[in-house]
Amino acid sequence: MSGTNLPATVDQIFITFTHWVAHFFPSAFQPIVADVLGVIGIISVFPGLFAITVLLERKGLGRMQNRYGPNRVGPWGLFQPVADGIKALTKEDVVPFHADNVVHFLAPLILLTAVFMGFAVLPVGHHMELMNMDAGLLFFFAMGASSELSVFMAGWSSRNKYSLLGAMRAVAQMISYEVPLLLTSVIVVMLTGSLSLPRIVEAQAGYSGILPHWYVFTPMGFAAFIMFGIAATAETNRSPFDLPEGESEIIAGYFTEYSGFKFAMFFIAEYLAMFSISGIATTLFLGGWAAPFSFLTVVPSWFWFFAKVMCFIFVFIWMRGTLPRLRQDQLMNFAWKFVLPFTLVDLVVTGIWRFMGEGILRWIVCSLILIATYLIMGRTGMVRKPFAPRSYRYAE
Amino acid sequence: MLGEGIIKGMLETARNFAGSYVSKERLITVQYPEEREALPENARVFPFLVYDGPEWLPGLRCVACQICEKECPPKCIYIDKSADKKPDAAGKPQNYPTRFDIDVSVCMSCQICVEVCPFDAIKMDKQFEYSTDDRFGGLLLDREKLAKSNEYYHQIHPVEANEVDTRLAEERAAAAAKAKAAAEAAAAKAAAAKAAAEKAAAETPAAAPAAEKPAAPKPPTSGGGGA
Amino acid sequence: MSPVFYILSIVTIAGGLAAVLLKNLVHCALAVSVAFAGLALLFLSLDAQFVGFAQILVYVGAVAILVVFAILLTRGSDQPRESFFSRTWGIGLVVAAAVFAVLGWAVLQSSSALPRESAVPVASVHDIGVALVGRYVLPLEIVALLLTAATVGAVIVAMHEKDGTR
Repeated sequence: MSGTNLPATVDQIFITFTHWVAHFFPSAFQPIVADVLGVIGIISVFPGLFAITVLLERKGLGRMQNRYGPNRVGPWGLFQPVADGIKALTKEDVVPFHADNVVHFLAPLILLTAVFMGFAVLPVGHHMELMNMDAGLLFFFAMGASSELSVFMAGWSSRNKYSLLGAMRAVAQMISYEVPLLLTSVIVVMLTGSLSLPRIVEAQAGYSGILPHWYVFTPMGFAAFIMFGIAATAETNRSPFDLPEGESEIIAGYFTEYSGFKFAMFFIAEYLAMFSISGIATTLFLGGWAAPFSFLTVVPSWFWFFAKVMCFIFVFIWMRGTLPRLRQDQLMNFAWKFVLPFTLVDLVVTGIWRFMGEGILRWIVCSLILIATYLIMGRTGMVRKPFAPRSYRYAE
Repeated sequence: MLGEGIIKGMLETARNFAGSYVSKERLITVQYPEEREALPENARVFPFLVYDGPEWLPGLRCVACQICEKECPPKCIYIDKSADKKPDAAGKPQNYPTRFDIDVSVCMSCQICVEVCPFDAIKMDKQFEYSTDDRFGGLLLDREKLAKSNEYYHQIHPVEANEVDTRLAEERAAAAAKAKAAAEAAAAKAAAAKAAAEKAAAETPAAAPAAEKPAAPKPPTSGGGGA
Repeated sequence: MSPVFYILSIVTIAGGLAAVLLKNLVHCALAVSVAFAGLALLFLSLDAQFVGFAQILVYVGAVAILVVFAILLTRGSDQPRESFFSRTWGIGLVVAAAVFAVLGWAVLQSSSALPRESAVPVASVHDIGVALVGRYVLPLEIVALLLTAATVGAVIVAMHEKDGTR
């Protein structure tokens, strides 16, 4: 590496480091060593981020509710995550007597594995992805989908009604919102013409003047971004879509019967899922590691990626501090009667955009269609129905 | 428009978030161990025993009548009555508790012991920080720990303590008046007896002082009974 | 035939056998998803990324969940009281053998028609997309129509039940 181009050196410093470590090994092992280093990077960076995020969330939520938040452990409560970790590790691991032991044990492992797998295809910086797959986006969503089964396993094997209810809610919600999640990413795929995540980022890394070519700055990209955000919130079971673990209703949902380190694994998996979905949203709509202005490209690419992810996380926390929990029927109505049709319209608009060619006209036409759809659907589809006398349907 | 309310709500929380760093009034949390709010005068947490005078054991107002022990709903008071008697604050010989324990982990702060006590000997305290490592011994307060001076009582509940003191003073005054009357009656009786004795003869001149001596400690006994 | 192939085959077949032989229906459903995952990994070991990931996404992510839902909503998770094997196991065996025979015959036929040592075709996602909306557009549209009809049918079934209860 030449010292003449400092920004590029700093940008690629982790790649250089990996190559430097790998060159101590015989050439046959070098790819494996590089992969292992990448994996170590992922499983050390993101849980570290998790610790920071939990602290930030608790402090931020506190501030939103005019409280201090944790400020006892260490200066400004900075060591709170450490204390939490020690607490989780030293707690007794209680397994319910009637639980299905094998399934109960496997559920958190599978969940955490599936969530970690998702990070493999995320380009966290220029040339910084563990796997550059042709079908990277599909891989990501496949891993996301396989975490649903472990959620069900956790809920079912606990032999607890709250767990089972939470699992059923979680699975129903994840399946419902996975459809719009996939469809919104299809919009990006239509614009890019590739399922490969590095390719998608590179397509957005250009600048006109100083402004970037992010997809969020196109009409259908913006609409898709909003819908993706909604679906992502529901996928990660975050408030206001936190029905699967609504504390006031079903204790902790599917992981009610987990304690100690297994509970911590669920907790970590939830936050890691948040990071990975924020990472994919960043990659798809916010230009991944690309700098927001052309003159800021001197700052390393990985910094931009993590900065954008943390912005996402902040919005997640912000929403959690603001919005109340939805009811089950509102959740389903919103998914199937608003988000899904709007995403389908957005898909059609993306087609129109592709075929109208360059020019200001397509901006106007696509924006108008989307705004009109939004207004009409907001007026008609989301009308609050008058309350009818409640009718109960008991299970036979 | 759809989503308007969400944006409004988000702005509100954002205002809270930013505002909590700017204005201190927003953060209403009292950081307890370091800063604490003054308790209201009517705060009542756990009972304590009042004593008069400088020494706690002789000054205890409690006469071990065991009414509070019987009335206590969760039965958290344990009293052992003394076999001997000692003079109380007013000087009257009374029983006293050889053991007076209150289990504050059982106490439900109902204040019934205070209401039933005829001697104003047990009152409610403001002290609430009883947390301890010792789950059994540490929360079982004995009479030495429970005994607090009347000055302390004045300090925590001044209005109530003044009321109690005036009442006690009135009672004492009434008792003293009664005792005085009794003493006068006794004196009159003694005078009459003296007169009778004088009338009788002068063979027993030492009898009169001997009769007067036991009369002096006698009046408080009748006064104590009247209170 | 690499060891990877054998390991994956054993996992897949074990999953399939467990799905048939286990007593608890939910365990069977979970075993089926193991078999699905094994199949997906087999596809991946053949460099068929798109098919492999689609297999995980659709089968592990959706079909297994649907199976589980069906089991839980129909009280099928109760342990069967009487005999472990269904009474009509003989017929089942015949049907399974017939299906296996047809599939085996088809595979043997095709292998004789194909060149034995052909180069591995490089099927990128792009190629699959082009083929789907190019050469195979008619089957694609027919499948789409069928799925739409099924969705509408499902909605109608659900609506009907709602009218009945009212």
